[in-house]
Amino acid sequence: MLSPIVTLDHVRKRFANGTEALGDVSLAIRPGEFLSLLGPSGCGKSTVLRLVAGLSEPSAGTIAWSRMRELGFVFQEPTLMPWSRVLGNVLLPLRLAGTPRDEAEARARAALALVGLAGFERAFPRQLSGGMKMRVSIARALVTRPPLLLMDEPFAALDEITRLKLNDDLLALWLEQRFTTVFVTHSVFESVYLSSRILVMSARPGRIAADIAIDAPYPRSDGFRLSPDYARHCAEVSAALAGAMAA
Amino acid sequence: MSRVPDWLLPVLVGAIVLGAWEAAVRLGGVPPYILPAPSVIAVKLVTDWTVLGPSLLFTLETTLLALISAILGGGFLAILFAQSRLIERSLFPYAVILQVTPIVAVAPLIIIWVDNMLAALLICAWIVAFFPILSNTTLGLNSADRNLVALFRIYGASRWQVLRFLRIPSAMPYFMAGLRISGGLSLIGAVVAEFVAGAGGRESGLAYRILEAGYRLDVPRMFAALFLISAAGIAIYLALSGVSYLTLRHWHESAARAEE
Repeated sequence: MLSPIVTLDHVRKRFANGTEALGDVSLAIRPGEFLSLLGPSGCGKSTVLRLVAGLSEPSAGTIAWSRMRELGFVFQEPTLMPWSRVLGNVLLPLRLAGTPRDEAEARARAALALVGLAGFERAFPRQLSGGMKMRVSIARALVTRPPLLLMDEPFAALDEITRLKLNDDLLALWLEQRFTTVFVTHSVFESVYLSSRILVMSARPGRIAADIAIDAPYPRSDGFRLSPDYARHCAEVSAALAGAMAA
Repeated sequence: MSRVPDWLLPVLVGAIVLGAWEAAVRLGGVPPYILPAPSVIAVKLVTDWTVLGPSLLFTLETTLLALISAILGGGFLAILFAQSRLIERSLFPYAVILQVTPIVAVAPLIIIWVDNMLAALLICAWIVAFFPILSNTTLGLNSADRNLVALFRIYGASRWQVLRFLRIPSAMPYFMAGLRISGGLSLIGAVVAEFVAGAGGRESGLAYRILEAGYRLDVPRMFAALFLISAAGIAIYLALSGVSYLTLRHWHESAARAEE
């Protein structure tokens, strides 16, 4: 097995107000996997993501990267700059890194084409639907071609139809680009459909309650959603989640 | 009713009020040194233009210079405050003191201390005008989206990049709201300072013309000067609203059209 990109070793997080968000979490993010963190709200799954992103420091334990920390982050909200056109929003990470203008623009256009938004470069975020804004947010996260993509309940605020479509498109992108993904969600069905591995978390303080591999082959499509295999995995994950919440 | 253009109703009200005023003065035989009819004021505007025109220019010049200084001073202080809570906490109370002290009470001192009349007027107008820009822009600079701030951190953005690409654009709607208030206040500050200074001569603004006309009981000219001050205030407000609209129209709810 390849060595992990990021390893969390006995990580704890206590907030300044005394809340214990994470109690002793150890996990390894393996290169190329689609890892979901699944759990009830308040179980600290977003906290894990923020720790990996370096937005917050662990109170105890260590977080080790096997290479330079480089990542894309997609928030629950699209988090676009409303004053900037779509192209400008996707350009942002490259501009902050000082990439030459022409090269940056070409890469931003390519990233937009990747998420199916070619032709929307000149639009302002407010002119786009919720799903399209999320696509812009994904394009921005991928424009630097990071080895690791962190997604914090990215589709939770979208309607069912848009969410299913974005799930499919995200999987297709992941298969094509082979970035490692850590995906936070509270939906059993979404996590089973997308993931190669699911970490079920329990709340207060957050811990890893179960580590479940979803061995169904990729590419996955609607057929997988209707298969007995999918139902079996969902049942297994649901049971683990119920166990984690009861504990 | 929805087809009536926005400007029509206020214009109609204005016409009715002016007509009633004209009729009341004529029918009641009110002498012009008590209340001049609108038509008399209009004639006065034309006949006294050689005096009022340069005064209008002078007042406008003071106002615009004060507004520009307020934008630069207020904006610079706001950016300074946004850099450190310590600086903000240390200096903000003094900005408030400057704001709440009535300018008519301070203006005589400033006029004694500062030899150059234009500079003295400018300082007075600036003291009145800078605060809305300072407080609004400070609020705006601190109201950047938390997730966007986190995103900038993830990409290792420098302090300057965060200011340039995130905080300043986030502050624009707030700055624009402050600017519209400060535009009017610059004019008020300039006029109040002129009243206190009471300076005559070649370089004198509309406020001095009102004082001067008052001494001579030239009430129509007082009204004509007053009209010019109001018109200048309205023009400044409209111009700044236009600037605000042009800056924000693509993205901010306050300026964007609903059907877009």
